[in-house]
Amino acid sequence: MSAVEITNISKAFNLGSSNQVDALTDINLSIASGEFVSLIGPSGCGKSTLLRLIANLIEPTSGNLVVKGKSAKQARLDQDYGMAFQQSGLFEWRTVAKNIELPLELKGWDKAKRHERALEMLELVKLSDFAHHYPWQLSGGMQQRVAIARALAVHPSLLLMDEPFGALDEMTREHMQSELLSICRASGTTVVFVTHSIPEAVYLSNRVVVMSPRPGRVTEIVDVSIEGERNDATRDNAAFFKGITAVREALRGVEMSDHVRGIEDR
Amino acid sequence: MTTATTMKKSEAARRVRRALLFVLSLLLVAGVWEIYKTVGPEAGGKIFGWKLLPRSNNHAMPHVWDMLTRYNRPELRGSDRKIWSVVLAGAWFSFRLALVGFAIGSTLGLGLSILMARFKIAERGILPYLVVSQTVPLIALAPLVVSWGGKLHIAGWTWPRWMSAAVLGAFLAFFPVAVGALKGLTSAPSASLELMDSYAASWWQTLRKLRFPAAIPFIVPSLKLAASASVIGVVVAEISTGLKGGIGRLIIEYAREATSDPAKVFTAVFGAAVLGLAMSGFVTLADMYMMRNRPKEASA
Ligand SMILES: Nc1ncnc2c1ncn2[C@@H]1O[C@H](COP(=O)(O)OP(=O)(O)OP(=O)(O)O)[C@@H](O)[C@H]1O
Ligand SMILES: [Mg+2]
Repeated sequence: MSAVEITNISKAFNLGSSNQVDALTDINLSIASGEFVSLIGPSGCGKSTLLRLIANLIEPTSGNLVVKGKSAKQARLDQDYGMAFQQSGLFEWRTVAKNIELPLELKGWDKAKRHERALEMLELVKLSDFAHHYPWQLSGGMQQRVAIARALAVHPSLLLMDEPFGALDEMTREHMQSELLSICRASGTTVVFVTHSIPEAVYLSNRVVVMSPRPGRVTEIVDVSIEGERNDATRDNAAFFKGITAVREALRGVEMSDHVRGIEDR
Repeated sequence: MTTATTMKKSEAARRVRRALLFVLSLLLVAGVWEIYKTVGPEAGGKIFGWKLLPRSNNHAMPHVWDMLTRYNRPELRGSDRKIWSVVLAGAWFSFRLALVGFAIGSTLGLGLSILMARFKIAERGILPYLVVSQTVPLIALAPLVVSWGGKLHIAGWTWPRWMSAAVLGAFLAFFPVAVGALKGLTSAPSASLELMDSYAASWWQTLRKLRFPAAIPFIVPSLKLAASASVIGVVVAEISTGLKGGIGRLIIEYAREATSDPAKVFTAVFGAAVLGLAMSGFVTLADMYMMRNRPKEASA
């Protein structure tokens, strides 16, 4: 069964008014269960918009969207996915641990169980010492890690992530990438992942969806075929470099057709 | 650890400095008062034909010292009750009324703000009336409240006279809370609202876990305004409804004796000022408690 089925989806903001923005046109994408798919493309091509559509935070203008075999709305109501946004969006009046507990609280978990899970998650993002700190006492990168822990706390079968590692330093970033992969491998989680980094997209993904702006559409889908389990050695793998080249080529096509920037080539 | 202790130290130093400044400003006001008494015209004066300069004689402006020592003399000739205890009892009486008014007013204000935040229609329908309500003079309203209250008999419970004063305090107190809390409840960033949406949180859950905590920094200053407003409401209501026992009544009574005992009325006026201070000090404590874990401004 596919986890996300996107058929002929279009999204226009301010439809019909003079400042109408065609953010996405005619998107078709099918994401299999357990698959890791990255969205990459220049700034403003509609990556966040596509993610927010899947999350049912906004409604498509036209087209059909099926998440976990149900309507996107039903999937949201059933809390079938976890989401990490571009900004960490932590609540400043809650401690780090309490922030992670928020989705569990809303699911009606009891206190002890909640706290236990929060500590477990903090261990994962290497912030165990900061459970009782407040977000404003943490650096931006640490805050982002808390937000990721919060998204993972419910052990969702679908994970929607919008440039979650953008604020992290290179070392932490690579660590988090490996952690994310091992979590998803262990739990069979499906991930839709937005990024600006080609190596990150290639390292993490089974498929990389390359998008172009004005109006946002899918120009190419690059299959990444790296044999075996991905680990730090993967970064020196020939297949890894082949993937990078393929994505870069696809993006170059986008850049040639339009003078756009915003892709990190690292 | 060291930064934490230095921060605590500077915090304490700041408090001491503030307290000293407060005392200093009191002394300054007293000094200006006395200086004016020595240089100002005894019978008042005119500037460009307008009577602007107040009279500086001992009837209109008693010496600061006389006002202070007046506290330690009996309220009435021959009585053995010192005036400070009378003023204190009056202030305490009014304080309790103001507290009731403050509680009713801020609860009402909060309730209205939640209603307005929930329903856009309610905001459009209610807000203009709230604004208009504050233009009704309290003195006109006071007798009405007293007579309405007098007609209330619910299951053997009759409206106590002091309730009218508390209600008028609440009438002034609810407005800043309603407006401030409404602003706060709608201040949550859209990214946080989306997060709650992604958890399929209900409106009430979003209110409790996001909108309300996000509104606290807006609600606290409005509570401070409400605290002093409730004192003003109660004092004015005491005066205009003739309620006995409070500081408002004392001000009126003592003002009648202004010619024979000019320092007396000031003892009651200061009592009212201290009452207002106590009330907002009370809210400041609540503020410090509620904001203890929020980010502090870098300048603080
Ligand atoms: N709420 C909105 N109202 C109007 N226009 C919007 C809204 N949200 C997004 N857009 C527009 O839709 C387009 C796509 O935006 P989106 O945020 O999806 O881009 P993105 O690919 O995520 O960019 P970035 O890489 O910079 O995050 C942009 O042109 C943006 O201006
Ligand atoms: Mg984006």
